Amino acid sequence: MEQQSTIAGQKPSNKRSFTDRIFPSLSGTALAAIFIATLLFGFLILPVAKVIYVAFLDPNSGALTLQNFGDFFASSLFRESFFNSFYVSAMSVVLASVFALPLAYITSRFEFSGAALIQSLGFIPLIMPPFVGAIAMQLLFGRNGSFNLMLANYGINIPFMEGLNGVILVQSVHYFPFILINLSASLRNIDRSMEESAQNLGAHGLRLFRRVVFPLAAPGYLAGASLVFIKVFDDLGTPLLLNVNNMLAPQAYLRISSIGISDPMGYVISFILVAFSVFSLWASFLLMRGKDYATTQKGGGGLSRRKLSTRENVVAYGIVIAILALVLSPHIALGLLAFGTIWSYSPLPDGYTLGNFNTMFGQSGAYIKNTLIYAGAAAFLDIILATAIAYIVLRTKIVGRQWLDYMATAALAVPGVVLGIGYLRTFNDFDVPIIGKPLASWWVIIVVALMIRRLPYALRACMAALQQVSLSLEEAAENLGATRSRTIRKVVIPLMSGGILAGFVTSFATAAVELSATIMLVSSNSDAPLAYGIYLFMQTPSGRGAGAALGILAVVIVAAGTMLAQFIIDRERKTRTGDQ
Amino acid sequence: MTNTNKSTGISVRDLHLSFGNTKVLTGVNLEIKAGEFFAFLGPSGSGKSTLLRAIAGFGPQPQGQILVGDRNLAGLPPWERNVGMVFQSYALWPHMSVRKNVAFGLVEKKIQAKLIDDKVEAALSLVGLLDYAERMPSQLSGGQQQRVALARTIVTEPDVLLLDEPLSNLDASLRVQMRRELLSLQRKLGLTTIFVTHDQEEANTTADRMAVLDQGIVQQIGSPQSLYDHPENLFVAGFLGTANILSGELVDVKGAKKLILPTGEQLAIENSALGTGSLVLRPQNISLSKNAEMSGLRGKITHREFLGAQVRYLVDVANTQIVVDQSHAVDQPILELGATVGLVINSRSAVFLAERQKANAA
Repeated sequence: MEQQSTIAGQKPSNKRSFTDRIFPSLSGTALAAIFIATLLFGFLILPVAKVIYVAFLDPNSGALTLQNFGDFFASSLFRESFFNSFYVSAMSVVLASVFALPLAYITSRFEFSGAALIQSLGFIPLIMPPFVGAIAMQLLFGRNGSFNLMLANYGINIPFMEGLNGVILVQSVHYFPFILINLSASLRNIDRSMEESAQNLGAHGLRLFRRVVFPLAAPGYLAGASLVFIKVFDDLGTPLLLNVNNMLAPQAYLRISSIGISDPMGYVISFILVAFSVFSLWASFLLMRGKDYATTQKGGGGLSRRKLSTRENVVAYGIVIAILALVLSPHIALGLLAFGTIWSYSPLPDGYTLGNFNTMFGQSGAYIKNTLIYAGAAAFLDIILATAIAYIVLRTKIVGRQWLDYMATAALAVPGVVLGIGYLRTFNDFDVPIIGKPLASWWVIIVVALMIRRLPYALRACMAALQQVSLSLEEAAENLGATRSRTIRKVVIPLMSGGILAGFVTSFATAAVELSATIMLVSSNSDAPLAYGIYLFMQTPSGRGAGAALGILAVVIVAAGTMLAQFIIDRERKTRTGDQ
Repeated sequence: MTNTNKSTGISVRDLHLSFGNTKVLTGVNLEIKAGEFFAFLGPSGSGKSTLLRAIAGFGPQPQGQILVGDRNLAGLPPWERNVGMVFQSYALWPHMSVRKNVAFGLVEKKIQAKLIDDKVEAALSLVGLLDYAERMPSQLSGGQQQRVALARTIVTEPDVLLLDEPLSNLDASLRVQMRRELLSLQRKLGLTTIFVTHDQEEANTTADRMAVLDQGIVQQIGSPQSLYDHPENLFVAGFLGTANILSGELVDVKGAKKLILPTGEQLAIENSALGTGSLVLRPQNISLSKNAEMSGLRGKITHREFLGAQVRYLVDVANTQIVVDQSHAVDQPILELGATVGLVINSRSAVFLAERQKANAA
């Protein structure tokens, strides 16, 4: 279909593209599709398949067996880890929902003057990766942290951060905005007439909520909740930094890094992580399917809002401020740690200094440089791949193109630690020519891992951008004589540029602080990026200050990236609607 | 399902309603008789839906009285009013089957399950959808959804029925059929019904009486015929059908009333008032004569539209353009464009509105 060499009834044109000359039977886009498919297969499907396969392999005889799983469930440590991961993920969702529910209720039910404040609450936790704030939260809420030291005067000690509680607290503070946005959107999608018709027929208050509002909001909420569940389930950085090792992800990491890549337990755990991820994604998809409850009616959607009385206003502000304080606590704690001298066993640091930043910059030059290279390269590759896949899926008729989308999106179901293990296993024996090292030890493998992990998000951004470009714009160009590739270059890409740029910035910002896959694949400290640097610093009490300083740098990068991406998208939207 | 309630009338007395600082309804007074099919007619923004919703208890608290039967509804929340409302979007709950949707109000009234089943089936039979009881709303067409919404409302035996633009979401072809079905259902049940619409044809064909609203003020109340034949102001005259407006001064000339147009022509009119004002002429009450000298009013045909049963002419006369409809019979000749014609006005059918009757305003 891409053959430009012959058009019915005309002489063969002289414009044969490069690919036409080498592979005369395939068009340029088909070749690109094959290349991308191979890439995704080699760097995603194959390593994960290998990991799953090895889980069923007897390490000595090489035969297929279920013995590894037997050993796994026979061990009390692993059984405990399994249960703990489950427990922590579920409780994180519950606690995040507890924070989110009153805020969602206030904004959807009332005309609340602090609504903008609530929206900013939604942004603040997302800019700090959970593992960055973890140590700082420990200092604030730990057994000997600021709060408990003050409460010690009253003889109370609240185990905020004891063991699993610490992981739960950090994760729920980090993910609560996701649940909040999700819950608010679900409530906003309920047409006002749904509620009014129920009132007209005699229902109100709790009965109304139970019979109408809750069933309509639940699927959207649960779909979001299951995504949070899986992100917590797969997270390696936070339990590792809090020294909580009796969970699945840290166990996988510890087994592989201390015992070696032939240890079957690491693979069994990986299999369980992947299985649960797939299950959660599938459950989330099922919940939302066929339940598009959004309706349109004049007067707008959303439940009807009433004004707050003064007393209710005070209570609402109280709740909002309390949650705001909680949400800001990791940031405050991180700041105190970064600018503090010594901070242990006291409510606040002993003194303040810029010394940590000096130490950090002095020792972290390599980390920062590496991060810029890795995240930059990964983001760049992401948008190239994402744009190509988006174009192939939406604009061509190549057979099986949907599978490119599925493969790229499947990366969501693969936890970072599993990808890391998969790469180690698959590429350890594969020596890179010229460099003379196994691929698994070459720093480029980190770039590949980051690229694969961020690809689903970049793909969504590019697909959304391409869907905004009307097909008739391309057809007009082709009608006036432009070839397919010229049309892509001169019409499609420029019109997608806002979305592509936003995708690049977001990919960069999130790749810069990725830890789970990175920690498996870093082979020497000189190859380490920021996130790993933070991990190293945090290992010793004296390094924590510098680690916090580096953490602040990480937060700044993510925040700047997020705001820049938002700015680009907003500007794009303005020019688009302004021209209409 | 037969009507076992006594039909109840609706009274709205001196109703005022504001959204914040914007006055949306001013001084509304209505008496709706028991069993009447009553329409609120008006353009967008006229306040008709707001008035309907105020009767149902939605929106800001109005000042004034709303009485259904002898019950004063002011201050009562929507769930205590027992007025049945069908929403423009039908508002069927997508997570409940048709049966559960229709049973909703009965469940709220804590009626026992067996009785609920009987009533639900009776209501669904009444609207012809008994076989669809287990379907989900997303599996129904627009017309079917509307009938389920109706069944859901009437099954609770409300005192009155409120319909908020029930036909505007339907295809044009379905609307005519549905409005006839609505009317026959209402007659069968004898339920006092208010029907909100912006379409004068819908109101004219179904309503016993109607209230025309503009900018939150009731312009005129009456039967479709009385509003059409005897509009009390220019807004009502123009809204209910095409109206030609001729402004001038009505004077007494030797015992006969004549309307003097700014361009000098004189028309003989039967009317008791005198003074400046406007004459409302319906297109079908003017006839055209090729013999232009026969009439005091002469004009030139500038447009012509063949409409089958009628031919519509646009005639330039007295510095203005007049619409004239002539009924058409087979092979009847049609007047030519550019022809000069005389206009003969049926003076008894013309309505003269004195200067102050342009429209009712606050």
